[in-house]
Amino acid sequence: MIERRTLLAATTALAAPAMAQPRWPARPVTLLCPWAAGGGTDAVIRIIGQLLERELGQPFNVVNRTGGSGVVGHAALASAAPDGYTLGMITAEICMLHWQGLTELTFRNFTPLGLMNNDPPGVLVNGASPHRTVNALADAIKASRPGQLKASGTGQGGIWHLALAGWLDAMGLRADHVRWVPSNGAAPAMQDLAANGLDFTTNSLPEGRAIIDAGRARALAVMGPERLGAFPQVPTLKEAMGLDYSTGAWRGIAGPLNLPVEIATAMGAALKKVYDGEEYKAFLNSRGFGLTYADGAGFGRHLVAADASLGAAMRGAGLAR
Amino acid sequence: MNDLAEAVRIVLATDVLIAILASAVYGLVVGSLPGLSATMATALLVPVTFWLSPIAAIATIITASAMAIFSGDIPGALLRIPGTPASAAYTDEAYAMTRKGQAELALGAGLWFSAIGGIVGTLSLMLMAPLLAEMALSFSSYEYFWLALLGLMCATLVARSSPIKAIASMLLGLLIACIGMENPAGTPRFTFGVTDLLGGIEPIPALVGVFAVSEVMRAMASAEPPKLPPRRFGSILANQWLLTKRYQWQMWRGNIVGIIIGVLPGAGADMAAWVSYAMSKKFSRTPELFGTGHPEGLVEAGASNNASLASGWVPSLLFGIPGDTITAIAIGVLYMKGLNPGPTLFTERASSMYALYIIFILANIIMIPLGIVMIRLASVVLRAPRSAVMPVILLLCAVGAFAIGNNPFSVLMVGVFGVLGFVMERQGFPVAALVLGIVMGNMVEQNFVTSLIKSDGDVWPFFERPVSSVLAAFTIGALLWPLGVWIWNRLKSTTGEIVR
Repeated sequence: MIERRTLLAATTALAAPAMAQPRWPARPVTLLCPWAAGGGTDAVIRIIGQLLERELGQPFNVVNRTGGSGVVGHAALASAAPDGYTLGMITAEICMLHWQGLTELTFRNFTPLGLMNNDPPGVLVNGASPHRTVNALADAIKASRPGQLKASGTGQGGIWHLALAGWLDAMGLRADHVRWVPSNGAAPAMQDLAANGLDFTTNSLPEGRAIIDAGRARALAVMGPERLGAFPQVPTLKEAMGLDYSTGAWRGIAGPLNLPVEIATAMGAALKKVYDGEEYKAFLNSRGFGLTYADGAGFGRHLVAADASLGAAMRGAGLAR
Repeated sequence: MNDLAEAVRIVLATDVLIAILASAVYGLVVGSLPGLSATMATALLVPVTFWLSPIAAIATIITASAMAIFSGDIPGALLRIPGTPASAAYTDEAYAMTRKGQAELALGAGLWFSAIGGIVGTLSLMLMAPLLAEMALSFSSYEYFWLALLGLMCATLVARSSPIKAIASMLLGLLIACIGMENPAGTPRFTFGVTDLLGGIEPIPALVGVFAVSEVMRAMASAEPPKLPPRRFGSILANQWLLTKRYQWQMWRGNIVGIIIGVLPGAGADMAAWVSYAMSKKFSRTPELFGTGHPEGLVEAGASNNASLASGWVPSLLFGIPGDTITAIAIGVLYMKGLNPGPTLFTERASSMYALYIIFILANIIMIPLGIVMIRLASVVLRAPRSAVMPVILLLCAVGAFAIGNNPFSVLMVGVFGVLGFVMERQGFPVAALVLGIVMGNMVEQNFVTSLIKSDGDVWPFFERPVSSVLAAFTIGALLWPLGVWIWNRLKSTTGEIVR
């Protein structure tokens, strides 16, 4: 027993100076994903994990901590030991859930390391819709009675719902002028759009890509700062309507609060290399995911802005409490 | 024709054949582990597909998911641990056969009729994809509401207990489905401030709890049954051939129902299995044998289950609308590999499309020999003493539940539902009806509420749209049927008295 303890003490003593040096990562790193395996967030974090492994020489294992509409996984990351061996992805929901009073957790509980992806919402109508441009649709919306037109794309209070609320607000209308029809994600909404059950949807364009190709739906606009590579013919709101409104479902890598500066720096540099590499860009383009990057500090500023604007949209739509 | 020859050449490439074989073994093993679902088997394959050629990548997804779904029936039949909500429909029947000493027959039926269902479903995909896709796109929330209601009504049909107890179980399931914030209003219900309840009760831990854990508890509370005499079971395939001849009509009905329901995104394999099992019992000449270890329902539900899996690819390939979680993952891989779903896949990339068809059929064919090996290996479990098997089942339940989201809360749920299932079965309430309520509850509510939002609170559109009106007539007819029979009998007996 004594021998083992001395041995232990000896190894710790040996390891201590090694730990003090920026030798991170010395063992495999866990990447927490707050959403289920097989989804969009899962796909993005898995490719990042693989490329990080090549960059930093240690496995980056993706672990899906699901449940509680994303709260469970975000909370697990926020409460992990800040030793650099548990990192993960945070998504737009972290700037939404606390406004609804569903958690105490906000973006301030994390150390932002890099913004890696942003999917802007679109404006989609049925392929046989009389509205050929987003301006025509906007005119129809302005001429309609409140609640007459119906739109969908995700559940009540989800990111695409807030995109609609923000767009209506930017047009000078009430945030609930168009009635939101909650759905279990973009796929059922796209199907209902094709089945003539809705007037338009505001999910991202890649989520409706095949239906657009089949001529059953038409993309009128994208609510992002610039056009998407996969949809070069679809104008932004600014180009089409002169409205300076853009939002999106973004994803970024973060760690718990108080992450040592040297680890944050090393990870930030590795994420930049991953983002600049051909493979990451090719993967995101192939899936139609939007490319956006900001370093740790930039991601931090993005979080402050997103938290404020999403909060405003939620109050406008009567979703905040 | 050139496209077809080209497709055969693509599939016969060495890398594709190796991918099919390796993913078949992988799918069989992962699927047979209790609690590890076919969805998880597929999701874990995605990083591997980064390094494969497009057709090999899709081949791994198709093969692994088909194998995992079949082998998910193995723990269901042997240990009463259903792998998916779909197999929960017939878990009790298969387990009853195991207790009668017919485990190989039950599993063989699962294998054989799954393979046939898969092949028939693929043929429907090849011959009628555009037609089926048209049908899927004509379904709006109004039609889905009626369909989900029809599914719920199966609760009284599948249960062996009194209809009142079956309905009570189903209502409890509906109440459980209310938990969480995944409802149309996005408002947390019955969460009591517990974060883990925000996402609602997931079906898999509930399934594993009410079926498997309650079975372990029952085993602890009762004496060990006498050992079945060890005997060599005959050829698995020969027996299936007899079943095929005897229940041919049921098999075809299962296939057709499976294809029709499977093509509707979001309805899929779960509902197909339940509806087919219920139909089989309703139209059987010997409905009293159902639930006692009778293969008839297994034949129909197994065929339906796998036919729906194949036809579920129709909306995925044509419109990129996933039918279930597996096709959702597959769509991601298709995009990644440049085989973008859409009508152009069928016209401009016809050879790739044919290659996919060939892989579907190939996967269902090699499922038979590999599945037989798997069944022979797995049935060793039956010869182990009960005191050794039960703790392992409990451990597997816990590990499986944890693996879903790496969340210890799921393990707690398995325990809670185990106790609930034990108490319910003691009192004669069927747990299958509870599971049906949990699985269908969200679908009924979601489609009812969104329909009313779309129609500004008007119920008329539920009866107005053409497909919707037919489904409404079906549902209301089925609801009023027992009442009609009762009145008819009353009238007959009263007139009889007057004559006498």
